[in-house]
Amino acid sequence: MLINTRKRSDIKENEVTPQSLFEQRRQFIKKAAGYSVAAATLSMPFSVMAALNINPFQKDSSSLSDELTQKKHVISYNNFYEFGTEKKDPAKHAASLKTDPWSVTVEGECGKPGVYALEDLVKPHKFEERIYRLRCVEAWSMVIPWIGFPLADLIKQMQPTSKAKFVEFTTLHDPEQMPGQNRSVLDWPYVEGLRMDEAMNPLSLMAVGLYGEVLPNQNGAPLRLVLPWKYGFKSIKSIVKIRFSETQPQTTWNLSGPAEYGFYANVNPEVDHPRWSQSRERRIGEFRKRKTEMFNGYAEEVAHLYSGMDLKRNY
Amino acid sequence: MSLSWYLSWVFKPLLFIVCLLPAALLGYDAYYDALGANPIEEISHITGDWSLRFLLITLTVSPLAILFHAKWLNRFRRMLGLYCFFYVCLHLLTYVVLDQYFDWPEIYKDIIKRPYITIGFVAFVLLIPLAITSVDKLVEMMGKPRWLKLHQLVYVCAVLGVLHFLWLVKADILEPSIYGSILIVLLVFRAWHRRSVVASVKRHGHKI
Repeated sequence: MLINTRKRSDIKENEVTPQSLFEQRRQFIKKAAGYSVAAATLSMPFSVMAALNINPFQKDSSSLSDELTQKKHVISYNNFYEFGTEKKDPAKHAASLKTDPWSVTVEGECGKPGVYALEDLVKPHKFEERIYRLRCVEAWSMVIPWIGFPLADLIKQMQPTSKAKFVEFTTLHDPEQMPGQNRSVLDWPYVEGLRMDEAMNPLSLMAVGLYGEVLPNQNGAPLRLVLPWKYGFKSIKSIVKIRFSETQPQTTWNLSGPAEYGFYANVNPEVDHPRWSQSRERRIGEFRKRKTEMFNGYAEEVAHLYSGMDLKRNY
Repeated sequence: MSLSWYLSWVFKPLLFIVCLLPAALLGYDAYYDALGANPIEEISHITGDWSLRFLLITLTVSPLAILFHAKWLNRFRRMLGLYCFFYVCLHLLTYVVLDQYFDWPEIYKDIIKRPYITIGFVAFVLLIPLAITSVDKLVEMMGKPRWLKLHQLVYVCAVLGVLHFLWLVKADILEPSIYGSILIVLLVFRAWHRRSVVASVKRHGHKI
């Protein structure tokens, strides 16, 4: 007999899309697909699109509560300082980013270092949809259907050595493609990192798409991290380098404001940002603020990673 | 028709309408859902921006009047100052009604704990007596010297306003720095002008 125990973060029955609506959407997608193939082939980075076709993604059937944030908001309200510091800037300026060809350098404490073409890096993995809450450190949040594969799979593929205690990720640094990098608002390139056990957690996702499509540039194309229990700035975008290291990486926001942005940056309603409260958040599309949940509602999956740690000090 | 007539019946009404445009545009965008993904944040930013802009515009009037020997410019000062107060009120209402939805305990905590909200709130409180005493009758009642002294508070408000903006941004301090630079220029001009007035009074025994 199969026994299903429901996790707190699981989707509730009454939140599931009704069958009829689901069918309508399927139909719409089928129809729309016919019209959009021509346009899509022109505009999408071929390599990722090909990879997406090779591995049709598995729909998310289990893992979330809450209504999805409208796609138009997901792709127009972004913090991606490489394209400007206003929320609207990335959608306006990210067209200059060339995501094909794209390669990712893997280096450090691992058995398979090298420069990988993006398609080779993602090909071995099975894509799946994951509907995750995203909580920004600025106290707003969204719910986004990502497409990707577990970061753990990618890490295993690279065969980290026993010395690999941390994984460091780096965003592309090219002011020609990323005009925001012409101003030294942050110390470019953007760097983020995780402890190895955090990186191996099944929630950690390497995303290549959202809302059933290849990632729009402003959302971190062609390859980005999604860590739903951490503040959004940890989920680094447009990754070009992955490095395994023995020591804790120096991360960009932590360097920019060490008292305000920690290395862990776990969503925590009890530890305020020094300048604003983290106890509540505004879900994009909603009027009233809602309470922020510990680890953004993913405590069951990740709390054990931090047992015994003082989260007030390790913010 | 005299300059005075034009000022009262043409330029002032025109300026009144122009100053209302940002609010009108905001209302229009709000009605047509054109404020983006986070409209409350957008409204808060726009009303905050215009509060600071009107404060700095108001402070720019008398330096311009001095530089261009155009005393009549000062007749717009009160309206501009009141418009600053108008946008400050909209900004505060946005915070209390739209952002916090009358959650008084939460608002109280914010004012006590968050320095940028504390000084923003202090600036608002300091602007209240200035707005109230803008009425002619009260200027008369107070007497010009005392009134002028009270209205020096506007400089404190301007400094607090710029700090309020500076302390809330995450990393990009370009915009608050621009407002700050303009304010510094205005303050330096005033200090310089005061010194030269004092010097000329000493030299000539009267103002020139």
